[in-house]
Amino acid sequence: MMQTLTGPCFVISLTVFVVGMLVRAVWYVRGLDWRLERVAYAYHKDRSIPGALVSIGKWLVPGGTQGWRTQPVAAIAFFLLHFGAVLIPLFLLGHTVLLEHHLGISLPALPQGLADLLCIASITGLILIGVRRFTSPVLQQLNTRQDWFVLVLTFLPFFTGFMARLDIGAYDTWMLLHVLTGELFLVLAPFTKLAHIVLFFMSRAQLGMDFAIKRGGDSRGGAYPW
Amino acid sequence: MSQILCSPTPVTTQDGIRALLADKGGEEYYKQMRALPVDQNALANDLQQTCKSRTRTWLEICAHCGMCADSCFFYKANNNDPAQIPSYKIQSTLGEMLKRKGKVDTAFMMHAMDVAWGQCTCCNRCGLYCPHGIDTGVMFSYLRGILFKHGFVPWELKIGSGMHRVYGAQMDVTEEDWVDTCEWMVDENSDEWPGLEIPVEKEGCDVMYICNAREVKHYPEDLARAAILFHVTGTSWTVPREGWETTSLTMFAGDWEGCSQNLERIYAAVERLKPKMVVGTECGHAHRATVVEGPYWAGRESGDAPVPFLHYVEWVAKVLREGKLKLNPSKKIKVPCTLQDACNYVRNDGLGRYTREIMSYIAEDFREMSPHNEHNFCCGGGGGLNGIGLYRKERNIGLKHKLDQIRATGAQLVVTPCHNCWDAIRDMMEVYEEHNIKWTFLKPLLIDMMEIPPNIEHVSQE
Repeated sequence: MMQTLTGPCFVISLTVFVVGMLVRAVWYVRGLDWRLERVAYAYHKDRSIPGALVSIGKWLVPGGTQGWRTQPVAAIAFFLLHFGAVLIPLFLLGHTVLLEHHLGISLPALPQGLADLLCIASITGLILIGVRRFTSPVLQQLNTRQDWFVLVLTFLPFFTGFMARLDIGAYDTWMLLHVLTGELFLVLAPFTKLAHIVLFFMSRAQLGMDFAIKRGGDSRGGAYPW
Repeated sequence: MSQILCSPTPVTTQDGIRALLADKGGEEYYKQMRALPVDQNALANDLQQTCKSRTRTWLEICAHCGMCADSCFFYKANNNDPAQIPSYKIQSTLGEMLKRKGKVDTAFMMHAMDVAWGQCTCCNRCGLYCPHGIDTGVMFSYLRGILFKHGFVPWELKIGSGMHRVYGAQMDVTEEDWVDTCEWMVDENSDEWPGLEIPVEKEGCDVMYICNAREVKHYPEDLARAAILFHVTGTSWTVPREGWETTSLTMFAGDWEGCSQNLERIYAAVERLKPKMVVGTECGHAHRATVVEGPYWAGRESGDAPVPFLHYVEWVAKVLREGKLKLNPSKKIKVPCTLQDACNYVRNDGLGRYTREIMSYIAEDFREMSPHNEHNFCCGGGGGLNGIGLYRKERNIGLKHKLDQIRATGAQLVVTPCHNCWDAIRDMMEVYEEHNIKWTFLKPLLIDMMEIPPNIEHVSQE
């Protein structure tokens, strides 16, 4: 069972994830239309490239933008989740072994202590996001079942993986659940809001270009300051 | 049976405009709208054409994180009403329309109209606060386009779009009215300013000046002041006979075809008169329509206008910097004053640096609003909202937010180089009975403060 899950099932789910995300990225770029959006994408590269990069880069840094600074609670919750959500799947020792075995990709592994810390941070971030959703009238208005589903879908691989790591009983069961929920995440990501894993970069780059090319880039000397 | 006033067809005749104007307050117009059927197949097709990967991605990846809520002045001014969250507003209108693939009824379209014009001014502030880079204001602008195409547009904007299509201006100002007004303003002021000219249709000047039909129709002294400032700075300038109107109620209405027609008139004037640059009056949306979005409506692939198009504040900053316009430092504004940043040329064209440069010349006690510049809040009347009677109540609630922001500075004067902001600020002072704060365009301030060079003849009228 475990061998099938970490063998062919893993390869299939990873393929669905990678191909799905690539398709979404390509579909996004192909769907851009300079006339409709009124953004001269092909012109003013001196402004548009920095515009796109700054628009992505500043939002990747905690406190890097006015938006993050004015909403510190949301920002803390998101960053707590996302550091681990990006680093652990790629660089946790167990994961790097799988990736090397199946794909021949060799990535450096995170020190165990740091990995533990990131995992706890991510779980804390997810809980904070959940609490925020329960307590904020804004989020009660906005949140749908899909939002909760995505939150749970993200929580499960972290939680099960961490339970297995703690090794306080039923290690095999937790590990099995971890692999299952992790693969479920990979398979569903391209078809849910989790597609923001790539579309965040697309959308941010687009708006960065929009501001740099059209909405004041010339007056501001390039990228929007965010 | 009464005449058809509300339909998906744009108004293109004088008779059509007269009929709409005769329907006071749009009573019959809205009555007809309530019975206007939705062509669902055409709507599905329009959604398909309008919502491509950018918009669909925006609607789909919105994480419902709520960070846009506090960025919206409507949300704040309405006591944090969850129905005013930008994400909710767009998801429940355009998002829902897409989900249902255009299978929506008249009531839904009218609700979408209420939200698109009565709860969003397309100020684009929320776009700065969304981690995913979702610009809800942009989506609302496209939603307006779809609604316009199907006849669900506020009465005043249906008229506004018609005015542009029929008169080439937002008001019924004909070419003759325009040229007459230019001559009249010269006559009115030539005793004081011998040699003052408003050169119409002169080729090869440095500056071609374009303005707002309202100035021509309701306060032509603004045109006279522009002429005096060009005269005093020794600027070689002209105004076109056709293509002088730079505003675009068609943009507020979502009438993209009308937007293109406006642009073609202005660009044709540029082609005819070959000025080195074009300067537009103190208007925000006019700048957005002509300079920021305009080149695209004119089909220009580079997204740039054919010659540099300057907002009035850019031109003023330039002549101050170059010393062509000298101000008497003793006449600087003494009272505490603040500056209204117009969304359309500050957030959406980065010109805040020029208005601040100007403030350094004219004000002794300049106080920034908080937040300001790119992050400033809409005046409360942008996006066409000032002119829509149906949403007057909603607008007046929103105005309070800007009034609080102004009051917090302690300013007694608001420098407001934008027609819409100017109107909104005038109205908020009246609605909320604030009598101690004044507001002004730049031109009258500059005329009061300027030093007249020795080569310019001036006969004081006092």
